[in-house]
Amino acid sequence: MDLSVLFFMSSGLFLGWSLGSNDAANVFGTAVGTRMIKFSTAALICTIFVILGAVISGAGAAHTLSKLGDINALGGAFVAAFAAAAVVAWLTVLGLPVSTTQAIVGSIIGWNFFTGMSTDFSVFKTIIGTWFISPVLTAFFSYFMYKGVSWWLNKQKIHLISLDALTRYALIIAGVLGSYSLGANNIANVMGVFIGANPFQDLGPISGLQILFFVGGIAISVGIYTYGKGVMMTVGDSIAPLTPVGAVVVVLATSLVLFLFASEDLEFILASLGLPTIPLVPVSSSQAVVGGVIGIALIKNSGNIRWKVTGRIVVAWIQTPIVSALVSFVMLFLVQNVFAITVFQKVEFQVSRPLLEKHAQKLDVKSLESLIGKTYTTSGALKSDVDKILPHADYKAELTFVQEARMERITVDPARFPELGKSGLLTQPQIDSVKALSGKTFDYRWQLVEALAATSETWRMKEKTVLNKPYNKQVGERLAIVMDLYTERMK
Amino acid sequence: MSTAHFSLFGRTKALENKIDEFLDVLSECNIHFKAAITYFLEAGGNTASAFQQKVKEVSAMESRGDDLRRHIESELYEQALIPDFRGDVLSLLEDLDTVINLFEDNLINFSIENPQYPTELHKDLKGLCEQVALSVESCVMATRAFFRDINAVRDHAHKVMLYEKEADKLSIALKTAIFKTNLGLDQKAHLRNFVDKIDELANEAEDVCDLLAIYTIKRAA
Repeated sequence: MDLSVLFFMSSGLFLGWSLGSNDAANVFGTAVGTRMIKFSTAALICTIFVILGAVISGAGAAHTLSKLGDINALGGAFVAAFAAAAVVAWLTVLGLPVSTTQAIVGSIIGWNFFTGMSTDFSVFKTIIGTWFISPVLTAFFSYFMYKGVSWWLNKQKIHLISLDALTRYALIIAGVLGSYSLGANNIANVMGVFIGANPFQDLGPISGLQILFFVGGIAISVGIYTYGKGVMMTVGDSIAPLTPVGAVVVVLATSLVLFLFASEDLEFILASLGLPTIPLVPVSSSQAVVGGVIGIALIKNSGNIRWKVTGRIVVAWIQTPIVSALVSFVMLFLVQNVFAITVFQKVEFQVSRPLLEKHAQKLDVKSLESLIGKTYTTSGALKSDVDKILPHADYKAELTFVQEARMERITVDPARFPELGKSGLLTQPQIDSVKALSGKTFDYRWQLVEALAATSETWRMKEKTVLNKPYNKQVGERLAIVMDLYTERMK
Repeated sequence: MSTAHFSLFGRTKALENKIDEFLDVLSECNIHFKAAITYFLEAGGNTASAFQQKVKEVSAMESRGDDLRRHIESELYEQALIPDFRGDVLSLLEDLDTVINLFEDNLINFSIENPQYPTELHKDLKGLCEQVALSVESCVMATRAFFRDINAVRDHAHKVMLYEKEADKLSIALKTAIFKTNLGLDQKAHLRNFVDKIDELANEAEDVCDLLAIYTIKRAA
């Protein structure tokens, strides 16, 4: 086992710790804040189900791509994960609920700036959208749900003690489901980047990946136990006083908002039934839960809302990606120049005629012909040259062009064919079509994708519609398996 | 399925039953008290076996009430139930227990001190006991409503206020009547003391309902 991998993994574990200490509040904050569930009970339930979620569902898809996967060197991933973790940890100590994902996105932007890679700035639009949309939508839902639940409870005349028991069970069930999905959805952020360098071997029926995710799950659990209470109390008690029924409504409203506005599964079901779909919008549970609490406080007594605390939380949301980017940038500089650790692998970007032809529909490629033959070491440098030639080019189209200009020179090595079937996800026709390309070399990644699509229709993406989304996603995941096999892994 | 349901909510239902039983004890003490005073007056003193029987019954109920209250309180604390209303429910139970104690105290005092009310005052004393009983019964109903139907608390609590006022009027009238008799001052003071003690039951019921009104506002908020 390479000991350096374990060292690099430590920052992933730190990120897991931060995630546990901060994001457990999204699940159990209101329950613990209203004293309906003891912190020790909440921490135990959360621990068990976070680990189960991480190991069972997190590792279910063989290639859970991490956002940190954009970073191409283990040293860089180490720093980016550390920067995000440090920022989330700092805000956790202050008891403020923030989005760990946004901290990670911020630290990747820091890496992009440091390495001169181009950044898709539309991610900021998404993040800023989340700051507004998540709390407002959840506040709206919790407001009306609470009114409905209060009316129903008035009619039912449930005994105070029975109501207490019902509320407690509802909070526990919601907590179990929330913890499971916390583990399943976030383990990739914590450990995904180390999949390529996983030091763990398969142990009987348990895969090395599951062991890796189990270790990540433990890190999340330690975070919950050691520092989870502070943020939970902020969410469940400090923003505004909350009743136990209110605590349940907040959790339900948060889950409902995530389900209605962020679930591709629901979108697919609605589309298959011929019903209009609900537009998917960026939502974050950390921000949604705060909106949920405020929504209920608006019904009860808006004077009870502690705007000072709310203001601090909002400032923390804004700080999260920005400070993460700054910390990441400064740390990358130090790690590279003081400790001489590689934080990014040299890559090449080249414009060629096939690339121009591929983008002929969306870009004025004739003007870009002057770039043919030039080699760039960063996508940022290429983008800046494209900007000079085409100052008014479509932003997304230009970004895709720049990203696809990356030279990878992928050779389909027949020696690795036996590994194709290992995941169990590729179909025989898919494996056969990879084999048909034996020995061929492709300059760009997209050329290999196109070649595969030309060989077999099982590799072809369908038209971009809601109904085709799951199919295309599946093809994408299987393509990632082939790419991981033939492109260089993170070092 | 039914077994799972039973065990899941079994402890909760048992606790609810204990609270109901505690309120039943208070309600029954109320009925026995009224009957005991009637037996006492009809027999002309503490010698009536029916009266002594009632004293024993109320004493036993007081002990049962104490046990139930302690059990409910420890269950609420041990299981950390109703965190937002635990304090309110505990003080509510303590206050209602005070009412039960007052019933017992009154009857024991009647039994020991054997106050001799002139026959012409019997009707007024029974009238006072009747008003006190009505106020305590409304207080019990208000408390039951607090646990199950908070919208009904106000209706019952309002009745307690009315009955308490009526009890006050009757007790003043009775005390005035006592002091107009030809009895000695020591005897007059003795009888007045019992009237005050009985009226205290209605006052206590009113105090409980005042607090209940606040707890209800808190619960409905």
